[in-house]
Amino acid sequence: MQRKRVIPCLLLKDRGLVKTVKFKAPKYVGDPINAIRIFNEKEVDELVLLDIEASILGREPDYELLAEVAGECFMPICYGGGIRTLEHAQRIFALGVEKIALNAAALADVELLRKIADQFGSQSVVCSIDCKKSLLGRYSVYSQSGTKDTKVSPVEWAKRVEDAGAGEIFLNSIDRDGTMQGYDIPLIKSVVAGVHIPVVACGGAGSIADLNEPFEQAGVSAVAAGSFFVFHGKHKAVLISYPDLNHSLSGNK
Amino acid sequence: MIVVVDYGVGNIASVLNMLKRVGAKAKASNLIDDIVNAEKLILPGVGAFDAGMKTLRESGLIDVLNQQVLVARKPVMGVCLGSQMLGRRSEEGIEPGLGWIDMDIKRFEKRPERKVPHMGWSHVSCNYEHPLVQGLTDESRYYFVHGYYMCPDNERDTLLTADYGQKFTAAVAKDNIFGFQFHPEKSHRFGMQLFKNFVELI
Repeated sequence: MQRKRVIPCLLLKDRGLVKTVKFKAPKYVGDPINAIRIFNEKEVDELVLLDIEASILGREPDYELLAEVAGECFMPICYGGGIRTLEHAQRIFALGVEKIALNAAALADVELLRKIADQFGSQSVVCSIDCKKSLLGRYSVYSQSGTKDTKVSPVEWAKRVEDAGAGEIFLNSIDRDGTMQGYDIPLIKSVVAGVHIPVVACGGAGSIADLNEPFEQAGVSAVAAGSFFVFHGKHKAVLISYPDLNHSLSGNK
Repeated sequence: MIVVVDYGVGNIASVLNMLKRVGAKAKASNLIDDIVNAEKLILPGVGAFDAGMKTLRESGLIDVLNQQVLVARKPVMGVCLGSQMLGRRSEEGIEPGLGWIDMDIKRFEKRPERKVPHMGWSHVSCNYEHPLVQGLTDESRYYFVHGYYMCPDNERDTLLTADYGQKFTAAVAKDNIFGFQFHPEKSHRFGMQLFKNFVELI
């Protein structure tokens, strides 16, 4: 019925592409435009591009870079980072980026999702949710690139953002980020069950088998990964790759 | 020259990027003269139906578009919301559509096994041969993002069909009027092929 979407998630910092582990220790992995060109040639399903320091620094999105990115992308792209107003979102859409992801701004004012959805449709509004598990096993939503505990449960927050007009949820597990040890299935399952909108799971993919799990066990609409697409081998050499999904994921034609 | 109608809503930059990639002479414009002089037109659109129609109406371009499409019979291609706007009305709002194709736009019901909006890549099947969809293969897949779908009165107006827990119209074609529900400008070489076909239509 529908192809399983597999989405490279690229992190921007200082106009360079980086990869983190548990949201920390950003390691430079290359030039964003070059990477995006390669992903375009590999005909990836979609790209997610997140500026991980824009919100923390209180900076607006890098529109110039985004214009260049959009010019290279013949696939859907979602951008997040530093979007705080309807005008910011509007400028990004005008560049040819079709989805924007809100995280900190939605936590600060959930109505911003509604404002953007009313004008551009909810399909273009993604709410990015960063989650972390406490020592006692309780999940909580974090803001500011994983540095601040909001004490809100991911499921509750997901329901609220759906009500507020988000058309998709980008669910990130801070604990699994960059570990390549598999997705946090219980977290993903609980959020998918709590909302009617598509959920994209991110954080932890290290193999093709890992990519399959959130579809089979949690019913996600898509999976995203970072390290899996940029690192190669046990020494984590930087090498961009993207599997042939037609053969590797069960159920894809 | 292909003119992408720039009424203030939509994926104009991506459409222009794709047209450039296939080597077409194209520009975005909201000027009546440009629309009159255009060889072909593209009606982009993203977002809510009412917002799109209202903005189009306020742009003051509906009369010239009606004239160019219905009287001068210029080829026109609607994309996503632009495609839905070719119809009479939508369950998403109260604004009337352009009414160039006899169809209404309906909402996908939410079901436990089906998330709405329909977001992702789907294969399409072709209902009949048409130069616009030349070169499509079983491999061709397209990127969809929509919560509403087109329901033409006449079966013949449905050119492509897709499946999202139910069969629905993925593309319409009626004389010189075409519309794609999906985003060909964001569908790699599969979408590139459609743009190329549109550019080469004679």
